[in-house]
Amino acid sequence: MNEKELEILHLLEQNARMDIKTIAKLIDQTEEEVEAMLKKLEENRVIVTYATVVDWSKVNNHDGVTAMIDVKVTPQRGVGFDEVAERIHRFPEVKALYLVSGTYDLQVVIEGKTMSEIASFVSGKLSALDSVISTTTHFRLKTYKHDGVVFGDDDEDHRMMVSP
Amino acid sequence: MNTSSTQQHRLSETVQQLKPSGIRRFFDLASTMDNVISLGVGEPDFVTPWNVREASIVSMERGFTSYTANAGLIELRRAVSYYLESSFDVSYHPESDIVITVGASEGIDAVFRAIINPGDEVIVAEPCFVSYAPIITMAGGVPVPLETTKEHDFKIKAGDLEDLITSKTKAVLLSYPNNPTGAHMSKEELEPIVNVIKDYDLLAVSDEIYAELSYDHEHASLPAFPGMLERTILISGFSKAFAMTGWRVGYVCGPKDIMAAVLKIHQYTMMCASTSAQFGALEALKNGRADVERMVASYRQRRNYLVKTFAEMGLECHTPLGAFYAFPSIEKLGMDAETFAEAFLTEEQVAVVPGTVFGSGGEGHVRCSYATSLESLVEAMDRFKRFIERHG
Repeated sequence: MNEKELEILHLLEQNARMDIKTIAKLIDQTEEEVEAMLKKLEENRVIVTYATVVDWSKVNNHDGVTAMIDVKVTPQRGVGFDEVAERIHRFPEVKALYLVSGTYDLQVVIEGKTMSEIASFVSGKLSALDSVISTTTHFRLKTYKHDGVVFGDDDEDHRMMVSP
Repeated sequence: MNTSSTQQHRLSETVQQLKPSGIRRFFDLASTMDNVISLGVGEPDFVTPWNVREASIVSMERGFTSYTANAGLIELRRAVSYYLESSFDVSYHPESDIVITVGASEGIDAVFRAIINPGDEVIVAEPCFVSYAPIITMAGGVPVPLETTKEHDFKIKAGDLEDLITSKTKAVLLSYPNNPTGAHMSKEELEPIVNVIKDYDLLAVSDEIYAELSYDHEHASLPAFPGMLERTILISGFSKAFAMTGWRVGYVCGPKDIMAAVLKIHQYTMMCASTSAQFGALEALKNGRADVERMVASYRQRRNYLVKTFAEMGLECHTPLGAFYAFPSIEKLGMDAETFAEAFLTEEQVAVVPGTVFGSGGEGHVRCSYATSLESLVEAMDRFKRFIERHG
């Protein structure tokens, strides 16, 4: 990966809607060059998708509960954690899934409408898997920062309008 | 009795003769308007990195609320010494060659008070930071402007410097990367300047506050040239590179005899720089490298954006190689810099600073700071384009 591609990734990670013309000017390349690099990054799935960070707490009547579940599993011969991981991430409720080091093996992020919906997923689906040994569920109460973005308004410019 | 003449007697003649800062006038004008996008700000748009703020808070929590040594915390002076040596290949002893000041500005003031006798001349490369000439004047010296021009990318020519040297010349003041032009002088370009300074046995005062903000070439520090360490006073600080303008921490480094004089002045006027701010500065030097690189990368991108957009508009703008200012020429609009800045502010609510406030060579140009969010820059450039089309 070259330096310009890295610059593109950092820019789009902060603002996926930045247009090609602006990117081209910022990184001192032509628009055609930027388009070619983007195409390559998308084809290689380096850029996986262009997503939006939403503060759902500001959306009226939006009911939604997010939980992070620590899962301890027995790895399977030959495939390690991959097989059980795949079985878990295929559930549409699963928003994210990571293999982690430490006391637990997998961290599952799931979204549901209510707490009881999540509880029934954990007891009915997750714990029911043969290789799952134990689960610990943490409900998310408030989001302060997500994917590097601070929620709430804290980017006010306190500087004087003109200074030497 | 005439009140105003009585009141005039109350004031120092030197101070009365100082010109009011042209920046102030634009600040007042811009403050009366709504929806202003300011490209007139001479400081980073980043907030000081959190680890620096936290280190300062912790120092207060732990009770470090007394004075530090006059020259500043020894740990901070050691860190400055290590930083300068590893970054710019200049060697200063933390015990005797470095004084921590209240911003680089206090450093500039203390240095000129330390070296100037009444009537001594100081050659100042212009356009430049607005405070140099007033500070030299207040110290009893005579500032002699050395005009740099866009034809030469606002760099000093050795011949021009030599022409201004008289028997009264004491020092030459340089500041690269430069505010307001963004000009940068490489090692090769500085070589002939250095030779003139040495040939005439002058002092050099080098304000290198923007050293870290060099985008295309390595910064060449003046005291790093052979034979310059003993005749250069280096002034810098934390404001620009570490986004710490409000903390007011800077430093002066130089030969022992001059630094003893600077310290004498500093201890009588300031005692020491703010203790909690010094703890923040120490953290910035110890663990701030990644943040500096992140900020520099962002300024570079915005520099590119501005220069390319000016080119699209057909506005002549030399590529700024450092600092965070573009200095486009507005001559083709047939207005002087003041008229342009005032009309642009009134008609399009964009604040830029007329080049004339930065001294000779500034006429026909305006300073546009790109230390502002990309969204604001994009909008400001749209308004720029509209204004030019209307008046071009």
